[in-house]
Amino acid sequence: MFSKTLKHILCVWMFLAMSISLPAETISQDEGSDPEAVPLDVKELILEHLKDDYEWHIATFKDKSISIPLPIILYSKNSGVQLFSSAKFHQNDGYYNGFYISKSGKYKGKIVETDASGNEIRPIDLSLTKNALSLLIGSFLLIIFMLLIARTYKNEPIKPKKGLVGAMEIFILSVYDDVIKPVLGEDYKRYRYYLLTLFFFIFFNNILGLVPIFPGGANVTGNIAVTLTLALSTFLIVNLSGTKEYYKEIFWPDVPVWLKFPFPLMIIIELVGLITKPFALMIRLFANIMAGHAIVLGLASLIFITAHMSAALSSSMTGFSVVLIIFIYFIEMLVAYIQAYVFTIFTAIFINGARVKPRKAEKSLEST
Amino acid sequence: MSLLTPDLGLVFWMSIAFGIVILILTKFAFPPIIKGVEDRNKYINESLAAAKQAQEDLKNVKADGEKILEQAKKEQAKILAEAVKSRETIIRDAMDKAKKEADVMINVARKQIEAEKDDAIRDIRKEVVNLSFDIAEKLLRKNLDQQAEQEAVINQLIDEMNIHKS
Repeated sequence: MFSKTLKHILCVWMFLAMSISLPAETISQDEGSDPEAVPLDVKELILEHLKDDYEWHIATFKDKSISIPLPIILYSKNSGVQLFSSAKFHQNDGYYNGFYISKSGKYKGKIVETDASGNEIRPIDLSLTKNALSLLIGSFLLIIFMLLIARTYKNEPIKPKKGLVGAMEIFILSVYDDVIKPVLGEDYKRYRYYLLTLFFFIFFNNILGLVPIFPGGANVTGNIAVTLTLALSTFLIVNLSGTKEYYKEIFWPDVPVWLKFPFPLMIIIELVGLITKPFALMIRLFANIMAGHAIVLGLASLIFITAHMSAALSSSMTGFSVVLIIFIYFIEMLVAYIQAYVFTIFTAIFINGARVKPRKAEKSLEST
Repeated sequence: MSLLTPDLGLVFWMSIAFGIVILILTKFAFPPIIKGVEDRNKYINESLAAAKQAQEDLKNVKADGEKILEQAKKEQAKILAEAVKSRETIIRDAMDKAKKEADVMINVARKQIEAEKDDAIRDIRKEVVNLSFDIAEKLLRKNLDQQAEQEAVINQLIDEMNIHKS
């Protein structure tokens, strides 16, 4: 079942890669006669994709961009709550009700308005952006998928499962038995469902981000806001499940008194450690997924960059980059799994670290 | 760099989406799945244990059966021996009884014979007496003339008879 999905992904991607490369070659013929052709700004193109967007851009066809307009929800001190479609920006030359998408500066690419002194200020922006919509769709699909699987267990609890459900059972149990149980020890029952949800949420959205057609393709888990929320959730659950001993080790650790009394050096170090743990989780997931998208886009851009050059070079480069993209896609699928796995196992380790047992138990453990 | 600044709106949507996913999956999706798997494991383990138990029971039943068979054989032998013994005693008893009865009957018969013999002797004696009287009569009638001689003969005869009798 998985290999089938994989084949689908590959087919779709190759189709897309070809459909991109074909117009590129036709353009190159045009541009050969036009020396003033604008060079492709690869950096801008990649950043454009990695960033969030107010509309869902599907394709550009003959200079007309085809995209799905998304709802924009704003709260500004001047004009209150605003709700309108992002298509309005196109109709009104980029402006609507005094709001516009900033072209440069601190808020580049975000919706801003100008205050009385002409400075750009940012309203409270709860727009359903591309990433937000992708998140909602992904969450919805994940919930439906998991509930369908769960239903087969409700209907026939004892019967062994076949096909996709059987594969998912192996997948779920691999996380459950190899990550959650051994890491958390006897406490696992309290956190197991949260950790399973965390794993499958990240994994599903990673994979969805790799699907190049509509509901997928957004750089969701490679967006820092998303990973921030996940890390925050880990931070909360870790510190809410901390034992007395855990907090004692943070605020009054067993070190010489001069390390903590006049100047609380150890306490500061411990507090920094408290924050760096989820911070590392946030950066790791964000950077890995973003880098994956960036590499795929960079390789795809190779086709367009070499499009100006000789036919032999551009066609060989096209083939080369398609092969490389397929290779990177395999790696990205691995990364999608590994990052979900790493995020889950680290969350489990941090939770376990917060469930410190009193010293006596530890000493008896050391002596054995 | 804008890539590194988290957007508040997206954090908001992410919180909602992730919250809903957690709520639904931890309530309705994973518990039945994990429970189903655990139930199945338990069922398999129990079935294996039951099968093992059944096998052991079967072994025990076989052993028990053999024991019972052996016991039955012993019992049978014992019963047979007893039967032989009782048959012998019965036969012996019967023989004893028969012998006794036979003895009794023989005794009775003997007594009867004795009695009959006595009767016969008595009869004979009576007869002899009668005969003797007849003879004596005849002799007396015939040899009246020679009475003296005859009497002497009779007496002699009677004496002989008496001697014989005693």
